[in-house]
Amino acid sequence: MADLAELLRGAVAGERRSLARLLTAIENDAPGIRELLPSLFAAGRGAHLVGITGPPGSGKSTLVSALAAEWRRRGRRVGIVAVDPSSPHTRGAIMGDRIRMMDHSADPDVFVRSMASRGQMGGLAAATWVVAAAIDAAGYDPIVIETVGAGQSEVEIARLAETTVVVEMPEAGDEVQAIKAGLLEVADVLVVNKADRPGADRAARQLRAMLSTAGGRVARKPPPVLLTSATGGEGISALAEAIDGHRSVARLPDQARARADGQLRRALGEAATRRAASRADWTATVEAVATHEIDPITAAERLLA
Amino acid sequence: MTETPAPETPTTGQPPIRVLIAKPGLDGHDRGAKVLARGLRDEGFEVIYTGLRQSPEMIVDASEQEDVDVIGLSILSGAHMTLLPKVVELARQRGMDDVLIAAGGIIPDADVGKLKAAGIAEVFGPGTSIGQIARYFREHARRRA
Repeated sequence: MADLAELLRGAVAGERRSLARLLTAIENDAPGIRELLPSLFAAGRGAHLVGITGPPGSGKSTLVSALAAEWRRRGRRVGIVAVDPSSPHTRGAIMGDRIRMMDHSADPDVFVRSMASRGQMGGLAAATWVVAAAIDAAGYDPIVIETVGAGQSEVEIARLAETTVVVEMPEAGDEVQAIKAGLLEVADVLVVNKADRPGADRAARQLRAMLSTAGGRVARKPPPVLLTSATGGEGISALAEAIDGHRSVARLPDQARARADGQLRRALGEAATRRAASRADWTATVEAVATHEIDPITAAERLLA
Repeated sequence: MTETPAPETPTTGQPPIRVLIAKPGLDGHDRGAKVLARGLRDEGFEVIYTGLRQSPEMIVDASEQEDVDVIGLSILSGAHMTLLPKVVELARQRGMDDVLIAAGGIIPDADVGKLKAAGIAEVFGPGTSIGQIARYFREHARRRA
């Protein structure tokens, strides 16, 4: 493994191979990576972090590819992180999002990286936000994070991304699906993709109606609902505008604070787990929980004491 | 459902080996490549599958960004003598000297020696088991800290 600081310097200078190797070191939590974090984040250039989430097969990868083409036309350099699930049994994974993105593979101003979730729940890998930070340091903006195909509760992306795009498709359920809690609530922009299929207008109408009547204690402006056909290139320009337009909203102090709160809580959980798991009494504590000698909540408090 | 054997326990051991499976050239189907991708997944590899009709440039660009340990090239069309050495050449130009490049598909025995001389590490013909390929990759792929 090359020197990590050297890899960071190379990545910042625009060397794709250095960036790629740095991302591997981050994913593997290689020795020395935690010490590199302050300089890694300090090298950040403030790229717009855009999350794309939605059910499997809704066309996320194709949409990301079409968006990348649109942003390239506008002279932007685009970073893409595509997360796919790891097998809980073997740790193996098949990452196929690149298939839809090969149009960009020879373009030096588009960087695509596939990530396996490696056991992490919530549609992202644990290292996704550090990977995004490294791509930011390399000068790509926007950075698009495509989650694992998500259902109703994979809202982790909203903690990381400044702008969260939720992709739905026609005939994916009735109005009750649309009023359930979860994924739709974290959308900054809602997309009904595959708009060339029947039922797209109806789906968009239902989503708009549901979102506009949502009131009560959630004081939130309803997100725009856009129709796209990623394969036909329709609605892509409007979607890019909506995402770009949301950037300034996402950076209002209260929004930035809400994300920071989520990120800090998550990092705290990871740091506490790491410390507790390296304690001498960790194995005995696991055993005690397994045999119901102690409950996991009390055990956790003791490990942190 | 049969239980998948776990070659490595999920919480310990080295990071998974990353493999890019690509179909260079104009092959009409990718059945074998998909079976291999699935099999390697079950063997604990992280497999990046890039689909049909890839040029050597696209394959090497993708491999560079993904920082893979292994490039597996599946080819049936008969164009292996032009496309496969080109992938090796481009990869070496980018400094990817430590990436294992192997091939599979319909490749006559007479060409195997020439491909190996051109830098293809191994050629897996029809009838090779996934287990054999997985073992070869585990033994020969670079391992990192």
